[in-house]
Formats: sequence, C-alpha cells, structure tokens
Amino acid sequence: MKITVCIGSSCHLKGSREVVEELQQLIAENDLKDKIDLCGTFCMGNCVNGVNVTIGEEIFSLKPETTKNFFDTQVLKRI
Amino acid sequence: MRKFDTKVQDLKYKVLREVARHAFEDRLAESFIDIPDEIVVGNKPTMRCCVYKEKAIVAERIKLAMGGDKNNPNVIEVIDIACEECPMGGYAVSDACRGCIAHRCEEVCKRGAIYFDHTQKAHIDKDKCVECGQCAKVCPYTAIVNIKRPCENACKVKAISMNENWAVSIQNEKCTACGACVYQCPFGAIMDKSFIVDVVELIRKSNHNHNYKLYAVVAPSVSSQFSNAQLGQVIRGIKELGFFHVVEAALGADMVAMTEAKELSEKGFLTSSCCPAFVDYIRKEFPDMAKHISENLSPMATIAKYIKETTPNAKVVFIGPCTAKKMEFQREEVRPFIDSVITFEELQALFDSRDIDLSVLEEDVLDNASYYGRIFARSGGLSDAVREALKEQGLEDFDFNPISCDGIEACRLALRKASRGNLPNNFIEGMACVGGCIGGAGCVTHEERNKSEVDKYGQEALEKTIQDAISVLK
Ligand code: SF4
Ligand code: SF4
Ligand code: FES
Repeated sequence: MKITVCIGSSCHLKGSREVVEELQQLIAENDLKDKIDLCGTFCMGNCVNGVNVTIGEEIFSLKPETTKNFFDTQVLKRI
Repeated sequence: MRKFDTKVQDLKYKVLREVARHAFEDRLAESFIDIPDEIVVGNKPTMRCCVYKEKAIVAERIKLAMGGDKNNPNVIEVIDIACEECPMGGYAVSDACRGCIAHRCEEVCKRGAIYFDHTQKAHIDKDKCVECGQCAKVCPYTAIVNIKRPCENACKVKAISMNENWAVSIQNEKCTACGACVYQCPFGAIMDKSFIVDVVELIRKSNHNHNYKLYAVVAPSVSSQFSNAQLGQVIRGIKELGFFHVVEAALGADMVAMTEAKELSEKGFLTSSCCPAFVDYIRKEFPDMAKHISENLSPMATIAKYIKETTPNAKVVFIGPCTAKKMEFQREEVRPFIDSVITFEELQALFDSRDIDLSVLEEDVLDNASYYGRIFARSGGLSDAVREALKEQGLEDFDFNPISCDGIEACRLALRKASRGNLPNNFIEGMACVGGCIGGAGCVTHEERNKSEVDKYGQEALEKTIQDAISVLK
C-alpha cells in the first residue's frame, strides 16, 4: 500500500514533518514496513486542506494530532 | 521604482520582457522583428551614436534572449557590435604627471621600465613592464593609471582577450560561465543566453498543469532579490505565472550537506561541488584536483531529482542568481532532472511580461529547508552546514577544518596550495562569485544588505536542524 504525504510548503508549515514521523513510527511499531510504502510529494494542489495525505487515489486531510486516528481507522483496515 | 543595479541590466530586462510577452502571446516568430522599435523609440539616440545602431544591438539581444547561437556551446556570448573596443594596455602615465624631481616611480621599478622625456615626464617601456603596479602606488600625483577593460578585469580566469578587430572575445576552453563579465561590461556587450522562451513554452504546454506539473526550484538568494515585495508575494507571483508549486533549492542543500559531511569524513579531503563555475574551474585549471571534487550533485540537481523521483509527470525549472547553472543543467548527469534554468533577472522579466504586480498579491508560503540549507546562498554557509551535518550524524570526531573561498582568485589560491600539498585545510568551499551566490551575475540587485537578508531568511526556517528538514524525505 502506498501512502503519500504532501510535503509542499503549505502542508509542511502545517506539520507534514510530524505527520510523516508519526506514520513512520506507527508503521515500525506495527511491523508494516514491507506492506506500506510511505512517500512524499510536493503539493497536491489542495493546500487549504493540508496536511494532505493520499492512500492510492483517496485523499485525506490530516493534522499531526489526528494522525494516529487516521492510521488506526483508515490505514489498518486496508492492510 | 528602480529595480536593477544598472541601466545595462534594465535594457537587457526590457528585451527579455518583450520577448517573453510575445512568446506568451504566441506571436514571437512573426513579430520579434518589431521589438527593437518597441524598445528604441523616437529618433534621438540615448545610448549609442544613432538609433539605428541602438536598434541593431537590441536585435542582437533579442537573438540571445531567444536562445542565442546554437553553434556556440557556451551560454556566455559576445555581442560584437555592442563592444566599444575599450582601450586596454595596462599601466600608463597620464597627463597628471608633473615631471617631478623625486622620480619615485623610477626608484621603485625593479625592471627599469620607467624613462623620462626632455620635459622630465615619465613614460613606461612596455617591453620591460610586467604590470606589477608598484609605480602607480608610489606616484604622489596618482598620475599612473591602469587601463584595463572592465570585462578583462572582471574575468579572473583570463578567458577574455580581444580579437583582430579589437572587439572582446571569450575563450570557451577557459570560461566557467560565471557571468562576471556580463555584469561588469558597462555597454552590455557580453550577455548570457536566455532560455526564457523555453520556460514560456513549458508553462503554456503544461496547460495549467494538466499535462504535467511544472515545478519551480528557487535558490535561497531569492530572499534578497525583490525588495519591493515580500518573499511570499514572489512565491505567489511564480504560481500566477503558471507554476504548480515552488520548492526551495535549500532543501537540496540540506540533503547535500548531509551526504557531503559523510563523504568528507570518509575521504579526509574534499572540495565542494555546489557551484558549477568552481567545479568547471577545477576541471579546467587543476585537473589533478578533480578527483577531490565531492560526488554530490548540486543542491539544484539533488532536489530536482527528488521531485522527479517522487512525482510522476513533473517538470522542473530552476530559478536562481546564476549564469553557470545554465551550463550545469545541460550536463549529462543533470539533464534528466532539470528542464530549464532562468535567472532572477529573467524572472522579473517574466512577471512583467504578464503584468503581474507582486506588491498587490496575497502572500504565499515557501518552507521546507532548514536554516543551514538556506545560508548556502552566501559564502561560508556551506561550511557551516557541513559542520552542523557532521555533528548531527555523530561525526564530531572528524577534525573539520574548512576554508571558504569566494571569488575565483580566492579559489585559485586555495587550490594551488592544495595541489602542492601545503593547504592546512581539509575542505574547500568554493564559490566563483564574490560573496557567494548573492553576488551571482543573474541577481537583480547586488547590495550590501543581501547577506543579512539571507541570514534573516535562514532564521525564519521552521526546521532548525538539517535532520528535521530532511527527515520527511526518507
Ligand atoms: S563568464 Fe566568467 S569566466 Fe567566462 S569570460 Fe565572463 S568572467 Fe570570464
Ligand atoms: S557562486 Fe553561486 S551564483 Fe556564482 S557561479 Fe557559483 S553557483 Fe553560480
Ligand atoms: S502544499 Fe500540500 S497540497 Fe499544496
């Protein structure tokens, strides 16, 4: 599964780094390194809703605080 | 409001702006011949002997603005008819010589090149003179002057000479495309080729970023360039032009700092590879030292590579202060990542060709890199970043001893010592431009405050360490 986090300027200022770091940690904790491919991209053209994250074609709007919830409810069920 | 340092830059800018305007309107091919009449108006000459010459020179500038001579691999070109064939000849005694009794000039000249005529006025025997300049220093009337062409004086790699017609000529085998001569020629007879038309095409053909996403990678020196607008407005302006997103080259610099620190700790001695003019200079003048050039791509190429690897269907234009980057992006190892290069001068021309008034735009944001990546723009910044990167990677034990060289003369000195094995330092930070990239030839302004602007911009970075800035990239 491919999760892409927007690391464009606008999302970066809203906390992409925290989101990425949190996801990295959650992936490691859940032993999902082989299953999840985490990557970055510069801007998804949806800056106002940042931090933008996509799983495949689906787009999600995250904050550092909501990352764990996103992982539990959206990522895990797709594994 | 004054935008440029000199009128020469302003003239060049006008040509670039009109060429871009015609290109955006998709009528360049039919109507570029009208541009001289749009720029040189009326029949009173303001720059040259007559308006016909002025127009003829503008026509030459248009050619360069449209990409220049395809048969000349160099991006720095001479406009023959614009060269005023300035006098040259080195040290000479001027009319200010009073024919004094002391004759300090004669005393100080070790070569015996000074002689006197029957009125006791001094002359220099050019067969004996070695151009050391001692006589000029001691003359109490400062009557001895050094007559040099500004272009020749600007070119510290000695790539400039004159041709049989006394006009300037550039030896491509020596030229590093630093652009110093472009900025220094008071007649604008040397110009960097422009890829502005290619960039307009990239914008148009992207069809509002539907066909591909067009990214702008901007050099950190941007922070000092547009004094009449906030940086955020400049970023908005770039997007108004039709770019999808703007990314800091400084993030590439953060990435480079990390790998360069590691490489240095392994190899023990390194020269930087960020400045293409410096790298080219080493390859041309100190080939034995070439093996010590860091294997890193430049920050520009590094970040562009990352963009292309992570975003399918991306195209990248680099916007910076640098004419040498116009050579670098054509190199085999960089070409896949960078689609075109323009300077800040050319960016200004693009804005105005679309009548984009930066000062009324809403501010956008630019943030990815750390403080360290951003200060690459000025001399000393790269060394600071490598020191930090050594620390962040637990390599403090490495005895880091850098030398920061800005300007080719300083680079030459360090390289010469290193090639003879008597340079005490183990890292040469080389920048061809005095002051670093903030002194680049493609800058809109070259002012004292530019350095502090860059430092300020560095301090504004959200990420304080290099590790933080690049942690998202893995
Ligand atoms: S671009 Fe630089 S190296 Fe080339 S001729 Fe001009 S001053 Fe010399
Ligand atoms: S110092 Fe900077 S602007 Fe000047 S030639 Fe080198 S990279 Fe280009
Ligand atoms: S910066 Fe994330 S969508 Fe634009």
